Amino acid sequence: MKTTTNATGPGGDVRLAGISKTYGSFTAVHPLDLTVPQGSFFALLGASGCGKTTTLRMIAGLEEPSAGTVHLGDQDVTALPPYKRPVNTVFQSYALFPHLDIFENVAFGLRRRGVKSVKKQVEEMLDLVQLGEQARKKPHQLSGGQQQRVAVARALINHPKVLLLDEPLGALDLKLRRQMQLELKRIQTEVGITFVHVTHDQEEAMTMADTVAVMNGGRVEQLGAPADLYENPRTTFVANFLGTSNLIEAEVGARDGDDLVVKAAGDKLLLPAGRCSAPAGTGGKVLVGVRPEKIGIAHADEAGAVPEGRNRLTGTIAATSFIGVSTQYVVDCEACPGVEVYVQNIDRDPRLVPGADVVLHWNPAHTFGLDAAQDIDAGLAEEEAAR
Amino acid sequence: MAFVNWLKRNLVVIAGLLTLGYLLLPNVVVTVFSFNKPNGRFNYTWQRFSTDAWKDPCGVAGMCDSLALSLQIALWATLGATALGTMIAFALVRYRFRARGAVNSLIFLPMAMPEVVMAASLLTLFLNMGARLGFWTVLIAHIMFCLSFVVIAVKARVMSMDPRLEQAAQDLYAGPFQTFVRVTLPIAAPGIAAGALLAFALSFDDFIITNFNAGSTVTFPMFVWGSAQRGTPVQINVIGTAMFVVAVLFVLVSMAVGNRRKRRVA
Repeated sequence: MKTTTNATGPGGDVRLAGISKTYGSFTAVHPLDLTVPQGSFFALLGASGCGKTTTLRMIAGLEEPSAGTVHLGDQDVTALPPYKRPVNTVFQSYALFPHLDIFENVAFGLRRRGVKSVKKQVEEMLDLVQLGEQARKKPHQLSGGQQQRVAVARALINHPKVLLLDEPLGALDLKLRRQMQLELKRIQTEVGITFVHVTHDQEEAMTMADTVAVMNGGRVEQLGAPADLYENPRTTFVANFLGTSNLIEAEVGARDGDDLVVKAAGDKLLLPAGRCSAPAGTGGKVLVGVRPEKIGIAHADEAGAVPEGRNRLTGTIAATSFIGVSTQYVVDCEACPGVEVYVQNIDRDPRLVPGADVVLHWNPAHTFGLDAAQDIDAGLAEEEAAR
Repeated sequence: MAFVNWLKRNLVVIAGLLTLGYLLLPNVVVTVFSFNKPNGRFNYTWQRFSTDAWKDPCGVAGMCDSLALSLQIALWATLGATALGTMIAFALVRYRFRARGAVNSLIFLPMAMPEVVMAASLLTLFLNMGARLGFWTVLIAHIMFCLSFVVIAVKARVMSMDPRLEQAAQDLYAGPFQTFVRVTLPIAAPGIAAGALLAFALSFDDFIITNFNAGSTVTFPMFVWGSAQRGTPVQINVIGTAMFVVAVLFVLVSMAVGNRRKRRVA
């Protein structure tokens, strides 16, 4: 599992090679190879206990890997203690020094490295995070959002090669979190430092990061750009943890050009062969997946109006919920009970109420195929817990 | 009726003032009688006002020597118990080691032991070891019984400290020593100071254990006890009052400093 390994300049690549961490008989992180290119915003996404924070702490040097190496650029830092690594961390709940004021908190790293005149740098950094006025306050006198920005300033002032962020927005309320996401993204673009961001919030990971690694049970399940992960999940865990997926059990039939024809209960569906990550021999089982917003819904009386060539399922509406911008339907089909469908509220059909017979249809190109040997519900409980 | 209503409204204040009076009355008596001019050897009945004792606080043979000795022992005992107790507290909170739970309980055992039993056992121990009773045996005993109290005070503080603060310091280029001096120690300081004050107070006025283990050495509490058999010089009250005033000043100054810091920040 590697991202692009082309040299993007000196210094800031983070390369983990065969890194793992075990506590007694428990394996927190299975041997892992990972390259974070310089200047990128990289997110480690997963539920609590998936090994993402342990991975981050091994980069920081706060956790010693059981095996493997950590490289920053060309330098092997595996054996270096945290205070000798050109890496800084924004801790969960910030860990600001309560006995020092904001100015001294931000100046801490510079002073430890023996920088004499810190005033100008600290003031500039406080201006960057818009806290110039608060320099002489103590951390407990600031709001959560302000403390968070102090934590970022305290780390960034040292110009680290890599900035590590450990759930930095977890303690903020939703509105402030959205605001800080944009703020962090702005700062990252401005300073151009590599950010490695640990989070359990899939929306946060997708909004902020260039590359997301989804972790589960101490392993990286899949790695890629947010849109790529969302459109082409390769495991049921990724399909369920990142957004919502409808997964339908089906049997592979014949091949039709670039598409596979699969049978789900009585219905025939088309699945692009290139989007099927499962071994797809005739007669084999696959899970056919489609995202709820890709699906159109039509009343059974209008079935003739659905264009030819689209995948179709027939069913009955079990529940609807109106949420302003869209309406969410739960439709029971023979092939799959509880298909979720999100439809934008442009023209609402008043006949689409619970109990109505409907036809679901979508472009076959939006279908993906997964290995049926996996747990179809993987990632569902974790996603609930992460919310 | 008006009086009953007034009483209802102010009951809390009245109860508070009465309790405060109950607490402070003995100190008032000590202070007032430091200005007494007693007839005879006992300073138990008020005769007339005089500042003689204040003008000559060391006028009683041996008293100021015993006071100096007590202060000296209290200082060293505080230093020893605070240093050891702080290290024990950190070890108990921060590290997982074999028999940690047992050590945790054993540390507090000396506090539960009746002091007089402890005093007698210590004497037996010292005598069997052939130690010469005096300054050193008293100091060893004081450090021992102050230790548990320091551990309690520091432990409470260390337990509430976020270990991530030290990790943050390390992450910001502070080595182990710098981390301890710049982050760990300042944050634990209030707990350590509380433990030290407690140790000083306990050591300074300890009588039972000291009396058993002092040999021919005389500390201030032993001097007061001894003189009370034959008569009570007014100077004892002078010393008592002076100690009280120093303690009050100490509290006032620390409160003023705290207030000023708060105001400056706000």
